[in-house]
Amino acid sequence: MAPIVRNPILRDALGIALATGAYALSFGALSVTSGLSVVQTCVLSLVMFTGASQFAFIGVIGSGGNPWAGAASAALLGTRNALYGMRLAAILQARGLKRFGAAQFVIDETTAMAINRDAPADSRYAYWATAFSLFTLWNLGTLIGALATQALPDPKVLGLDAAPPAAFLALLAPRLRAREPVAIAIAAAVIAIVLLPFLPQGVPLLVIAVLVALTGLRP
Amino acid sequence: MTTWAPLLVASAACYALKLAGLSLPRRVLEDPRIQRVVPLLPVALLAALIATSTFSTGRHLVLDARAAALAAAAVAVVLRAPFLVVVAVAAATAALLRLFL
Repeated sequence: MAPIVRNPILRDALGIALATGAYALSFGALSVTSGLSVVQTCVLSLVMFTGASQFAFIGVIGSGGNPWAGAASAALLGTRNALYGMRLAAILQARGLKRFGAAQFVIDETTAMAINRDAPADSRYAYWATAFSLFTLWNLGTLIGALATQALPDPKVLGLDAAPPAAFLALLAPRLRAREPVAIAIAAAVIAIVLLPFLPQGVPLLVIAVLVALTGLRP
Repeated sequence: MTTWAPLLVASAACYALKLAGLSLPRRVLEDPRIQRVVPLLPVALLAALIATSTFSTGRHLVLDARAAALAAAAVAVVLRAPFLVVVAVAAATAALLRLFL
């Protein structure tokens, strides 16, 4: 595909969209394995439309947790999109109804594509090109992954039920490039395991979120 | 049925956070405490999710094929494999272990 598309921004946007489309295949497959229906899986990708939150939601449900604990984890993971939105507000200059539309596409990939460009017009173009191509392939990948998995007699035979931790790890790895996040990650994993037998499911995650907040409030 | 309400509430919350970023005055989100905490939240939560979804069933700690699957995934991540490959390697590791053990 790459050589056909001459516009470099569009070419990059399509490349990112293709990669996330493949990632969506695994989301669709793991979501159905976690016990969600194909429709619920597709609604997550259409409406929630932020990968880490979606994986957290199905991960908590798949390991037998309370769906509300999954919802809380998903929302907490979605907080970073608010910071992306702040950076994008000046670039997009979206007002009125357009802002409500633009908001749905405020995610890691669109932000990375839109910021750090020389011309504001290039930034806006990169945002919308990534938004439309990624949204399309993310939802298409989800649908295909979900339908294919639903057709399997038993997804556990393929080990799909053991894959959510791998998905979380792939999402976490790019965020571990400094000493502080590595320390926080190790501490959070240990605290989660220690608390797990003593608290209702999902609650350890909320305790960890509060601890992180307290760490940050420290002067 | 019990999945729909949390699914829709969480989706609405995620949308509200995106919209808040585009709409709130900069000084709210530029608060240094928010700038510090928010990027650390996904790190802590993803690490906790890795630990709990690998080493537990319900509220019981267990060690099974999922631990080996995670180790294989870690190798794939270190080798910079794409997302889909990381997930497939983990699934295949668990499936093979269950087949032979």
